[in-house]
Amino acid sequence: MSILPLVALVGNPNAGKSALFNALTGARQKVGNYPGVTVERHSGRLALDDGRPIELVDLPGAYSLDPSSPDERVTRDVMLGRQEGERLPDAIVVVVDASNLDNHLRFTLQLIALGLPVVVALNMIDLAARDGLTLDAAVLERELGVPVVPTVAVRKKGLEELKARLSGIIGSGALRVRANHGHVDEDIVTLQRRARALSVKATVAETSGRKWTHLMDAIALHPVSGPILLLGLLFLMFQAVFAWSQAPIGWIESLFAALENGVTAALPAGFVRSFLTEGLIAGVGAVIVFLPQILILFTFILVLEATGYMVRAAFMMDRLMAGVGLSGRAFIPLLSSFACAVPGIMATRTIDDEKDRLTTILIAPLMTCSARLPVYTLVIGALIPNTQVLPFVGLQGLVMFALYVLGIVSAYIAALILRRTVTAGPSSGFMMEMPKYQWPRLNDVALGLWSRALIFLKRAGTTIAVTVALLWVLASYPVAPAGVKQSEYSVAGRIASGIEVIVAPIGFNHDIALSLLPAMAAREAAVGAMATVYAIDNPEDEAGAGKLAENLRGRWSLPTALAFLMWFVFAPQCISTIAVTRRETNGWKWPAFMVGYLFALAYIAAGATYWAAVGLGL
Amino acid sequence: MNATATFATPVSLEKLPRHAHATVAQIDWTRLSVPEARRLRELGFDEGVDIEMLHRSPFGKGPIACRIGRMTVALRRAVAASVRVLPA
Repeated sequence: MSILPLVALVGNPNAGKSALFNALTGARQKVGNYPGVTVERHSGRLALDDGRPIELVDLPGAYSLDPSSPDERVTRDVMLGRQEGERLPDAIVVVVDASNLDNHLRFTLQLIALGLPVVVALNMIDLAARDGLTLDAAVLERELGVPVVPTVAVRKKGLEELKARLSGIIGSGALRVRANHGHVDEDIVTLQRRARALSVKATVAETSGRKWTHLMDAIALHPVSGPILLLGLLFLMFQAVFAWSQAPIGWIESLFAALENGVTAALPAGFVRSFLTEGLIAGVGAVIVFLPQILILFTFILVLEATGYMVRAAFMMDRLMAGVGLSGRAFIPLLSSFACAVPGIMATRTIDDEKDRLTTILIAPLMTCSARLPVYTLVIGALIPNTQVLPFVGLQGLVMFALYVLGIVSAYIAALILRRTVTAGPSSGFMMEMPKYQWPRLNDVALGLWSRALIFLKRAGTTIAVTVALLWVLASYPVAPAGVKQSEYSVAGRIASGIEVIVAPIGFNHDIALSLLPAMAAREAAVGAMATVYAIDNPEDEAGAGKLAENLRGRWSLPTALAFLMWFVFAPQCISTIAVTRRETNGWKWPAFMVGYLFALAYIAAGATYWAAVGLGL
Repeated sequence: MNATATFATPVSLEKLPRHAHATVAQIDWTRLSVPEARRLRELGFDEGVDIEMLHRSPFGKGPIACRIGRMTVALRRAVAASVRVLPA
């Protein structure tokens, strides 16, 4: 197999690199407005105008070849041919924001100086025009000495010319980086001055710009309306997750009920039928039901990122975060962690301060992720009375809200303590570019959602299905004699009895002990596991969330239910989170610490809750 | 430009009122950590550059946002205090 020529997309954050990458390759990846959203290697193939295929790689946004965060380091190392697993590019496309030439040309000059063949994409030229800026690409091309192509990535304008100019330079230049370009710190100021002079030369006409962004910021960053808007958006987000999801959840439930009836009717009673209905359909169905809520949550996060609002939220949160030694930047990964801690922890790569980043990683699992929703919803629905506390405020909703708040408050306190002990260090700064507001593109949000849905469904179809199936086998055999409960007599039941010894002091019963192990694979598997176990104990029942809740009511006391909820606020029951923490911190030390402190918190909180509730006579 | 310099005295960027325009007069790099100084340079801070105060964070001593060149940049007050500007 021949190796394709490699072309790298490089540029400042917010230059529209990802959008250009999508437009050129049609690849599926998300486009955000937050500086540095591209943290993984994204590559795709395309054919140049002469038919030659090339591989295009989208490098993380950077301000210079002098990295201050892990993702900027990748960019520098690729450009210098030092990055492991990446060959030196045969050509680079430097993407610059046409309305921010002053700043973006500095990095461009630095990149051109490396000596690799370069094409400059003068991107978002339409937004520059909207801002009252008229630019002369020919002047820029003459001054820089490399091809300059005006592009509008999101409208696929200028792409053909870009490909044509690329095919003209690939194979033309010296495929070696010029020496002495490992250290470039000394001339940032000189380069910046040249960049400003170039920008002035290339500008034909200019009126004061960014009217829309200024108008929006006057509201979004206003001392009064700003925080109200942020709180309103967060409220709307969580409201939507619960209210808008009811109808689609109903559809999925009926779908699985129909599936189960179909299998029951089609197969004779026996091992295969029980395995399919009690094991797989009951277990996996109990988890897939939560797809609508997860998608709604991710829609909000993707839209907030794509519009550029997320950085404004970080700006407003900075003061609050500074109180515990973090920066506003930590707000974005933490908000993502409400959907899932895994992308949240990956998003911490944009935090330049190492201690700051580590602290954010360690507290991210305390944000109530969507995988806890199935557990919370089930237990609250089953055991918390559905009474009205205030007009429009039900007790069930209030408990759910309290669990979210508890997670946030605990994270805040944990950060405060961590920053003074294990991750102590000088307080980190907060310095970031605020991008222009943009309309989110439906296509990009849809692609982002689609990839999230796939990840979730894959997990339900693999990790959770396997866990639940395994549990079904372990819980079904050996078959209990008459009068003995199957869930206690079986292999799984005996393992659970061992765990029960440890968790009985905090009020956990045998069912809970049984669900804790599968919950390590994924929190929501606890629900699937209970559904499976109850289905085995009561084979004549129809499965479904309603039945499961009824079973819980019969078998759990209120203090036990409350202790179980508290456990899930803290317990790091998610192998994916532990694995991503290991990857992001390069070793087992920090994931081990994280698992240790969170389990300790979970045990203490659940125990305290149980005994307090028992003491109060609940 | 020079004429203004003789009349006005440089003030800390942190003290610049909202919507006020100014020119960066001097940056005290020694008050900043190495990464802070580098990031500040990368965001375009340099002597002689135009700057405009846009927003102040609503919570007490929170960060500020200013326009520098054609970019909006958010930074903490402690960092802004090391930038001295000449109000236009």
